[in-house]
Amino acid sequence: MTCPDLSAPAPSPPTPDDARDVMSAGDISRALRRIGHEILERNKGSDDLVLLGIPTRGVPLAHRLAAVIASVEGREIEVGELDITLYRDDLRHNPMRVAYRTRIPDKGIDGQVVVLVDDVLYSGRTIRAALDALSELGRPRAVRLAVLVDRGHRDLPIRADHVGKNLPTSRDERVDVRVSEIDGVDAVRISGGAGR
Amino acid sequence: MSRHLISSADLSRTDIEGILATAESMHDLQRRDVKKVPTLRGRTIVNFFFEDSTRTRSSFEIAGKWLSADTINLSAKGSSTSKGESLRDTAMTVSAMAVDALVIRHGASGACRQVSQWVRCSVINAGDGMHEHPTQALLDAYTLRTRIGELDGKHVVIVGDLTHSRVFRSNVITLAALGARVTVVAPPTLMPSGIDAWSETDGFETSWDLDTVLAGGDPVDAVMMLRVQRERMSGGYFPTAREYTVGYGLTRDRLDRLVARNADVLVLHPGPMNRGLEIAADAADAPQSVVLEQVSAGVAVRMAVLYHLLAGEDAGSTRPAAPGAA
Repeated sequence: MTCPDLSAPAPSPPTPDDARDVMSAGDISRALRRIGHEILERNKGSDDLVLLGIPTRGVPLAHRLAAVIASVEGREIEVGELDITLYRDDLRHNPMRVAYRTRIPDKGIDGQVVVLVDDVLYSGRTIRAALDALSELGRPRAVRLAVLVDRGHRDLPIRADHVGKNLPTSRDERVDVRVSEIDGVDAVRISGGAGR
Repeated sequence: MSRHLISSADLSRTDIEGILATAESMHDLQRRDVKKVPTLRGRTIVNFFFEDSTRTRSSFEIAGKWLSADTINLSAKGSSTSKGESLRDTAMTVSAMAVDALVIRHGASGACRQVSQWVRCSVINAGDGMHEHPTQALLDAYTLRTRIGELDGKHVVIVGDLTHSRVFRSNVITLAALGARVTVVAPPTLMPSGIDAWSETDGFETSWDLDTVLAGGDPVDAVMMLRVQRERMSGGYFPTAREYTVGYGLTRDRLDRLVARNADVLVLHPGPMNRGLEIAADAADAPQSVVLEQVSAGVAVRMAVLYHLLAGEDAGSTRPAAPGAA
């Protein structure tokens, strides 16, 4: 068994040589601003709104979305973290990973509109696990999903309500989202893939 | 780290910190309405306790159940052991039922290591004789870190029946791995033989005089009182219980002196406590006492240990070999 070194800042895997930026810092910031407005429009305001980021990189994205919403509405909204490690269906097939803490706002999620925030939507299995985790924490009035990048190839009938960028990829490509809070830089990069 | 947890020395500092970090998220579960997560669904854990236990056995059972594993409790009395079956046959029998983990408490030092060589499943040491009790050391470290943060440079004093104590043996290893400075105190009759060479290699201090240590130049951050284990004592290790209390018990007076030097000092005891012998009732119920926090941490830490041993990719090895291979 090996555990990640928790004393170090969160790990940023090395960027492969053939990586290309598909979103710049400005693109990410504009996408998040648009998603923030979409969430408010869909919810008809910021009442009963709770943003839950999925670790690792969904958490800073959730905080940024909350800042966008606060600047528009003039009041703070609740932000939390939802770790889904204990609900994954692929634990047996991957190296051990440390379970991070789940932080739910004090007033809970019963009757709230929960917006899950993640960096990349791919197979949909993470979101399936997040829905299972949510159901044991309470009964939200509605659950929505906001992602920075939707790269397709869903294994499950799950779709996002708010998408920063639809990014058609092949399965052998790799999409890396970097956020300045963790990696020191804002970027979405794509690498790998045949014939490149 | 292997797929067994036999000794605290099996765990590197990175392993320990990973387990304690997971334990924090497990501890959050205890405060929820629905405490069960599906993480170990389909796994079977057998708790085999050849010695009596309240908190270790119940916390291992709760830990397994909250992770959705199926847990079964066996004790020596009421199993085939009372008909004279050997440890090896019993262990192989349980292993043949394709269980995923065997949690063992046994009166013989080294029993868990032996069993781990006979079976295919993970073996977790829940206390073997006078050898080790690694999950107790982990939950003590967890309790300490919750209250006083990182243990680097912190001074922990362990007092009591060192000769018979597996809690002490696991704790000196884990605390040293986390960077704490440890002083162990016992009357000469209860100090293990050969401890001088051991304390040099593992870097802890030894003393026969509790009051000198408490008044020494090194302020105490936590004091861990060990139980006087009457069931393991065959001879006269000390003249009377009263004399032990005067020399080595945590009395009201000693606690007051500790608090006067460090208001945030913590009192730990692995339980069950002999009130009035190694720890006065005043000290056991003082605000500095974290005895019940240790129990509460026990479930979270044991969940983390089960998770780290059973959830990863190597954990499928108990499945029988391909059909026909036998």
